[in-house]
Amino acid sequence: MADLRSNFLGIKSPNPFWLASAPPTDKKYNVERAFRAGWGGVVWKTLGEDPAVVNVNGPRYGAIHSGDRRLAGLNNIELITDRPLELNLREIAEVKKAWPDRALVVSLMVPCEERNWKSIIARVEETGADGLELNFGCPHGMSERGMGSAVGQVPEYIEMVARWCKEATRMPVIVKLTPNITDIRYPARAAKKGGADAVSLINTINSIVAVDLDSFAPVPTIDGKGSHGGYCGPAVKPIALNMVGEIARDPETYGLPISGIGGIETWRDAAEYIALGCGTVQVCTAVMTYGFKIVEEMIDGMKKYMDSHGFSTIEDFRGLAIKNISDWKYLNLNYIAKAKIDQDLCIKCGRCHIACEDTSHQAITHMVDGVRRFEVKDEECVGCNLCVNVCPVEGCITMQPMAPGSVDPRTGKVVSPQYANWTTHPNNPSAVAAE
Amino acid sequence: MPDISAGRLAADDYGKNFSDVHPPLSAHEAVVESDRCYFCFDAPCTNACPTSIDIPLFIRKIGTGNVEGAAETIFESNILGGMCARVCPTETLCEEACVRNAAEEKPVRIGLLQRHATDTYIERHSTYGVRAPATGRKVAVVGAGPAGLACAHELALRGHDVTIIEARGKAGGLNEFGIAAYKATDGFAQREVDFVLGVGGITVESGKALGRDFALADLRSNYDAVFLGLGLQAVNALGVEGEETAGVVDAVRWIEDLRQSQDKSAIEVGSRVVVIGGGMTAVDAAVQAKKLGADEVTIAYRRGPAEMGASRYEQELAQVNGVRILHWVAPRQVVSEGNAVSAVEFERTALDASGRLTGTGRALRLTADQVMKAIGQTFVSGVVETVALDGGRIAVDEEMRTSLAKVWAGGDCVRGGEDLTVQAVDHGKRAALSIHAALSV
Repeated sequence: MADLRSNFLGIKSPNPFWLASAPPTDKKYNVERAFRAGWGGVVWKTLGEDPAVVNVNGPRYGAIHSGDRRLAGLNNIELITDRPLELNLREIAEVKKAWPDRALVVSLMVPCEERNWKSIIARVEETGADGLELNFGCPHGMSERGMGSAVGQVPEYIEMVARWCKEATRMPVIVKLTPNITDIRYPARAAKKGGADAVSLINTINSIVAVDLDSFAPVPTIDGKGSHGGYCGPAVKPIALNMVGEIARDPETYGLPISGIGGIETWRDAAEYIALGCGTVQVCTAVMTYGFKIVEEMIDGMKKYMDSHGFSTIEDFRGLAIKNISDWKYLNLNYIAKAKIDQDLCIKCGRCHIACEDTSHQAITHMVDGVRRFEVKDEECVGCNLCVNVCPVEGCITMQPMAPGSVDPRTGKVVSPQYANWTTHPNNPSAVAAE
Repeated sequence: MPDISAGRLAADDYGKNFSDVHPPLSAHEAVVESDRCYFCFDAPCTNACPTSIDIPLFIRKIGTGNVEGAAETIFESNILGGMCARVCPTETLCEEACVRNAAEEKPVRIGLLQRHATDTYIERHSTYGVRAPATGRKVAVVGAGPAGLACAHELALRGHDVTIIEARGKAGGLNEFGIAAYKATDGFAQREVDFVLGVGGITVESGKALGRDFALADLRSNYDAVFLGLGLQAVNALGVEGEETAGVVDAVRWIEDLRQSQDKSAIEVGSRVVVIGGGMTAVDAAVQAKKLGADEVTIAYRRGPAEMGASRYEQELAQVNGVRILHWVAPRQVVSEGNAVSAVEFERTALDASGRLTGTGRALRLTADQVMKAIGQTFVSGVVETVALDGGRIAVDEEMRTSLAKVWAGGDCVRGGEDLTVQAVDHGKRAALSIHAALSV
């Protein structure tokens, strides 16, 4: 049976599933409920200096939904904890004492001065917490005050603050990155240079989640006005996975421990982050949607997956996908695949046909011998995968690679067994001669 | 003595028993259900609809909160979309074609979604459509059933003046007089008639029967075009001894009395009812007999379940309501006691080697206080003797033109009809388009 125990920067937890610094980890009551439910650890909601911030007293969240009102993306304008520092510190100490086997990391955000950081860290030390996470990510509210993503967008600040913090603590330091930048590798490199033990990402993405078409104001709307918020939930997962992958394969940060965050709802999501090198994953929106119980599915699903693949610990598959992330220019242009529709599974909705016909390559029939039937025309199919993605039945349409030596009916050319990419392609003005 | 009486139920039970057989979807249910639609290409549901309603489009509009737009998509193809949503055998039309059947044997509930959209619209609007400028052309429509109403609405939209002449006291046809009460509750049939007529340019003259009060020739000379939506007039006879006995009723007539009664507790129903037939009318009569408090109701049909005119769904509806369906029995004699029916003698039937229905000689007797005949209706052609017939009904071409110049026909009175409201609507609309084209020359 797979062993899910996690050791991340020396912080041990019974599983790699942590709750991210966010409303679900704002106080003892919630955190203890999470631990009872089975969560391996939490990052306590970001602490700041007294007097505590105040939140708006109107709506803090907005959402986009997919079918059947499934929450696909959540946006928030909530700030860091609005409870007194003393109260939070007391509860952190109590919880750590009562739950010694769980990871308890404390998130921090204070003004960008050395004494401010060192002073709050000294107080966190006394709680017995396992680690620190520096919140350089929140894109709303706090950033207007020079904190959160305002720091995370300047690599020099990241490095500077990380260094102050490392000097001031016995605890591992995790730098939480904002995705609201152009190239995630720069802030990650800065964190590493500053001595950070790890990075966590992503924090939320700048967003207006909706516009109210009666009041003509952004959602959530506070007395007729709205502010951009931080976007999270399943819809951001692809963005986060890419950023995790970029850091994982960057030679300058290769091997830097990563705690993955962004749209994780299921064991499968978590496994994907781990495959890209993450040592732990952090969850927020999913528990804000379904409650803490989802961790039961995550634990069981992950164990089943690992057992079926012969992985006994998460280290056995952690990072296995990193080497397969490539620049586009190195993708094999001689690899040729064709869509294939399983007629037994096909329900004849025709979405593959209309998607291909209207928007792509006119490579799928809708009628064969006068009968409604959807078949791929190999002589037109470029193997784009759109039909696979729009088909409502999983596994009905698959991409089948063509065997080397066979003839691609679209081009009339023999499929080559040789790997060949854009860098050597004759159409590439900068092509180098093939060896 | 045969036990036939009214008022078998407690007063409250009538309301309960004759409430909506399928309660409408709530707004939430409609949105959830709309999400199940795959928005198919060349949608099989639309192709299965006799009026070709753009079903994926109207469902998508429901999903985006544009319920009125959804209704407009429906009415554009089928002005009686509200009634069709209630009475269409969707399980053999759009919902049978839904690809969700192949996916998980559970089609999108198209009928209920259509009802959601059309009910919403009819509640908020007095009609659908805006008339084109008046053309000055006059069209007579004979019969205010679904075919006639659909034809009249389409013609009125195009600026023609329409006079509907209806033999009965009010418009609606089978929607008003024929179908089961629990399928069109709260006076929906009349509300829909008002909605259709609300477009303007349509006059209804009721209580005037073709052949009695006026002749087809009069219409041909007084109007630019004539549409015949006459429906069917006669109920088929069993052709067995004792058919005239007291207690033997026409199911169609009995349902009509039930639909038109203000007080259902005044409708007489037997304790033991035998309904002879296998179509929708047989089910409508049997289920309503049960709902009126009959103790035992049996539908007796001469063939098997697959051959019944009533859909599988309707058969199940009957069974769920406690109706027994007896297959492979043909009536041979209505047995009377005193002057009233006491039983029906049947002969067991079977298919012979060549696949033809034949009697087996084995008899079966069902005790009955009341017998309802529901073995189909026929078209009485006498009133339109100058029109060519085909198979006993009016012959029409693709555009619903009859053999007579200036005369079109549609609905149940024409050859090839399936006796469905939705098909009658399609006929009426097609005829209207053809009439419009003819008048526009």
